[in-house]
Amino acid sequence: MSPNYSLEANFQNRIDNEEKIEPRDWMPDAYRKTLVRQISQHAHSEIVGMLPEGNWISRAPSLRRKLALLAKIQDEAGHGLYLYSAAETLGTSRSEMIDLLHAGKAKYSSIFNYPALSWADMGTIGWLVDGAAIVNQVALTRTSFGPYSRAMVRICKEESFHQRQGFDILYTMSQGTEAQKEMVQDAVNRWWWPSLMMFGPTDKDSPNSAQSVKWKIKRLSNDELRQKFIDMTVPQAAVLGVTLPDPNIKFNEKTGHYDFGEINWEEFYQVIAGNGPCNKERLAARIKAHEAGQWVRDAATAYAEKQQQKKSISVA
Amino acid sequence: MDANLKDFILMLADNNMILGQRLGEWCGHGPVLEQDIALTNIALDLIGEARTYYQYLAEKEGKAEDDYPMLRSERAFKNVLLVEQPNGHWGQTIVRQFLFDCWHYFHLEAMVESKDATLAAIAEKSIKEARYHLTFSGEWMIRLGDGTEESHEKMQASLNDLMPFFDEMFDPASYEVACINQQISPDLSSIHSKAIAKVQSVVSEATLDLPTDYFARKGGKTGLHSEYLGHILSEMQYLQRAYPGATW
Repeated sequence: MSPNYSLEANFQNRIDNEEKIEPRDWMPDAYRKTLVRQISQHAHSEIVGMLPEGNWISRAPSLRRKLALLAKIQDEAGHGLYLYSAAETLGTSRSEMIDLLHAGKAKYSSIFNYPALSWADMGTIGWLVDGAAIVNQVALTRTSFGPYSRAMVRICKEESFHQRQGFDILYTMSQGTEAQKEMVQDAVNRWWWPSLMMFGPTDKDSPNSAQSVKWKIKRLSNDELRQKFIDMTVPQAAVLGVTLPDPNIKFNEKTGHYDFGEINWEEFYQVIAGNGPCNKERLAARIKAHEAGQWVRDAATAYAEKQQQKKSISVA
Repeated sequence: MDANLKDFILMLADNNMILGQRLGEWCGHGPVLEQDIALTNIALDLIGEARTYYQYLAEKEGKAEDDYPMLRSERAFKNVLLVEQPNGHWGQTIVRQFLFDCWHYFHLEAMVESKDATLAAIAEKSIKEARYHLTFSGEWMIRLGDGTEESHEKMQASLNDLMPFFDEMFDPASYEVACINQQISPDLSSIHSKAIAKVQSVVSEATLDLPTDYFARKGGKTGLHSEYLGHILSEMQYLQRAYPGATW
């Protein structure tokens, strides 16, 4: 190794050799910053994502469905925990990350700014939103940062279960009454395009992507992931007997993929800018829970300190 | 099925069901992520236990388990008034949970000996969960009671508000008396002694005062509920009532 072999070159070399980067390893500041941003955004998405589904717990149509929905949302809270922990290994605390979310300075997946209006939405969120998340997360199991990659492996297993559960809700409804079938079609109409937007802007408009791909934080581009999702989902829609709200979806023999219509990027940027149907409500709900819980957290801290003092007195 | 036994099973089921439904309202809104998860866990256990009782009835009566929670009206519900009380703040939820757990745990402990083999088996399975719930709510009683001045005041006020709903759990309804005579239900006075001893020890460790001068509220066990239950049911039963006969 040459004496002026830089830390940065060595780092890139390790990445190129598919070695995982661990929290104590040297890393460029920008790599650390990108990861904290991405992992915390991912954690926030899990937590905010609990809200649209939480909206249906009290109204789930059967005990079996109610238990499954509760367990699913609980899994999401658990995913939030792993992800906050993974981000904390990079030196940013959970409370700092949460403060940034509440201050509107950290983002979460825009999909959760859409409302969950009927029980079919519980199925559709599972099928499409979790389906899109899985495509993204399976790619992330190979991400270069060790703790993030390991969190993803664990999360993916649970997500595929959620996706099947969502599909099962829709399948059951699609075999039911006319009213249920209409609910399913309506939910799919509303969630289809926002699900495609979950992969982010097209590659030509995604400035962060190139560096992230070089660092192998991102293993596939936004457009590649989106295409994978569409290819996977179109045949499933046929099983459910629903029509996807895009007349341009058509299998392309030449490319071996499904072609699809133009995404409304204006809507995407508006929702990101805070103008989606539920942005205000989602953030307000998180802030309310956090503020209403302040006295509880304070009391828990005070009690723990008292116990600590008692212990040190008895030791002395 | 014997009418007294049926009402007794419904009381057990509805207690768990309605409290589970209430706890479900917290999901996504807890004071800290870990406690959000813990409370959802308890909701899952309680609704799971309710479901086993409804399944027992459904099998005996040739109905579906969901018919019981989803298609009965307010006056047919047999849950105690305590479980339908609103969540309030986290401390109120904890006090409600703790008072319930003190009945639930010791009741299940005795139900393991029930002459009804199915109920005994359900108790055997549920008691491990109930033991954890009691540990959880008891620890939070102490932590918040002996935390800050603010938390102490909040807990004392919640205890004062909810203690009047404690006695109903130990006051046998006529169907319970019949089940006690058949040794299907345990004698409630011995359960009350164990439960109140637990309440006293936790309340004292929490540096709180146990109210004794209160007017005990009852009625839920015989179907005379607060106004809260109607709202709980209108949400819970919405889809089943709006789309009769649909499969979900």
